[in-house]
Amino acid sequence: MSAQNTDPQGTGAAGPLFVAPFLALFLLLFLTPLGYAAYLSLFQHKLVGGTTFVGLQNYVNALKDPLLLHGVGRVALFFLIQVPLMLLLALLFALALDSGLLRLAKVIRLGIFVPYAVPSVVAALMWGYLYGPNFGPIAQLGRHFHVSTPNFLGNSWMLGSLANIVTWEFVGYNMIILYAALQTIPRELYEAAAVDGAGPWRIARAIKLPALRPALTLTLLFSVIGSFQLFNEPKLLQQIAPDVIDSGYTANLYAYNLAFTGQQVNYAAAVSFLLGLVIVIVSYVFLYVANRRRNA
Amino acid sequence: MTTTTPTSATPRADAPSRPRTRLTGSRRNRLDRRSTPLTIAMLAALAYFLVPLLWLVVSSTKSTQDLINTFGLWFSHAPQLLGNIHDTLTQDNGVFVQWLLNTVMYAGVSAVGAAFLAAAAGYGFAKYRFRGHGAAFGLVVGTIMVPATALAIPTYLLFAQVHLVDTPWAVILPSLINPFGLYLMRIYTQDAVPDSLIEAARIDGAGEARIFFTIALRLLGPGLVTVLLFTLVSTWNNYFLPLIMLNNPRLYPVTVGLSSWAAQAQNGGAGSSSTMLPLVVTGSLLSIIPLVVAFLLLQRYWQSGLATGAVKQ
Repeated sequence: MSAQNTDPQGTGAAGPLFVAPFLALFLLLFLTPLGYAAYLSLFQHKLVGGTTFVGLQNYVNALKDPLLLHGVGRVALFFLIQVPLMLLLALLFALALDSGLLRLAKVIRLGIFVPYAVPSVVAALMWGYLYGPNFGPIAQLGRHFHVSTPNFLGNSWMLGSLANIVTWEFVGYNMIILYAALQTIPRELYEAAAVDGAGPWRIARAIKLPALRPALTLTLLFSVIGSFQLFNEPKLLQQIAPDVIDSGYTANLYAYNLAFTGQQVNYAAAVSFLLGLVIVIVSYVFLYVANRRRNA
Repeated sequence: MTTTTPTSATPRADAPSRPRTRLTGSRRNRLDRRSTPLTIAMLAALAYFLVPLLWLVVSSTKSTQDLINTFGLWFSHAPQLLGNIHDTLTQDNGVFVQWLLNTVMYAGVSAVGAAFLAAAAGYGFAKYRFRGHGAAFGLVVGTIMVPATALAIPTYLLFAQVHLVDTPWAVILPSLINPFGLYLMRIYTQDAVPDSLIEAARIDGAGEARIFFTIALRLLGPGLVTVLLFTLVSTWNNYFLPLIMLNNPRLYPVTVGLSSWAAQAQNGGAGSSSTMLPLVVTGSLLSIIPLVVAFLLLQRYWQSGLATGAVKQ
């Protein structure tokens, strides 16, 4: 696609000049902080003795830190349950919208997308109140009909309640990505398939799903990144359920508390570095698997 | 995803055995394309997404007493939306208005800056070849997976050294770099700006900068708006970065401000801060209106832009 190079003779240094501002800021705001954090993560600060170089000791400690491991485990569980559910819903909605079988399709599409425009802080506050035992409508309805409602903010429900908030926020976004990809499939393919006797489900499975693979990979990647850095929703719900959400509830919450409550800057740098590394590795594994399957 | 490979092979094998039933099925569909059961099912799904927002609208008309004593999804007998809005906007000498303005400023500057930087660099990578071209692009795209929040604490530590924390720049600068935006703009440029057009402009004597600003930028419009809109949303909704970067409440964006109010409403219990609860709810409603309106007005742009990102990889 990018084979036809424009003549470098006539253009002088224009190419590097176009990319220079971006690359300069990228260097300053992306690579420098990472490098600085990597540097800090090699030290330890003690009240007695001050700051000393400890090599990879912070990383060794982090890998043995039960709070961090619990946090990572929890977001991994969250990822394994919430992401498939969310993407499945997004996929079903996108297929329904694309099928042309819906009345009010535009209203439905925009309505499902609207939560994406709601800041996660507002979404978490709002759902926190909705879950709440005092004036949450679910608890109100339960009281009215004398049915006991689950304690959504309790220990056993919390992760599910968080998953619901994230699902509510992002189904529409993923749906739009998938729907946009579906819209680019040439309509003649469907007509040809219909002439060959394929029904809507067969068309969905044989034509639409394979064509959606790049878009699904993209949504999956964004979901990996989103789940593993889960922070806003648990941070907000921590205000109303401090006994359930502890300082290490998610890995990112733990890194935050280390840096800003515990003042363990060096250790926090190591933890964020490690967390970023986990996310990058998981993402690339997904990309690799997805690409291999596509090429197979 | 695992099932698609085997099933895509099966139709060829068994399709001839049942074309007749399939044909009548598709013919019926063609006569009556709209499906009422499917529409009803999707409207039920739509309710799940809209009912919380309905709750927010209804609740912002209520006093603390009515929030607790009346049913959440319907109005009370004494609606006081305007009173709540007035209280929200005047609490603490109008700090909420300041938060909204901060958010508009942070998000606006970040979005315009990020879109412009990504467009220029995407154009540069798409239309020129230079030394280090592949390596530089690969480096940037390789960091698409690096999550913003994993970068935030390192950025904070660095900014603390150079005294940038607790200034607006601490929130704006990190939002200017959007590796996915660069990637999107490069792909978009390849499709939207033909090489022949650039060549023609060169032959007419236009300089490289002039070609970019007067010809390419215009053709890149939809892609530009997409990056702009999505940076706008992510900065508008950002919580982690301003939370760690800012201490001065007058600098807060609306997300951090609202969560600090929510903490006050929570910690104060029913007594002194019982007046805070309607402010949190009404403030939440006020803070989402601008983005929702922006998305509805600009849907033509972001939908086409998303399609570009979703299809090409």
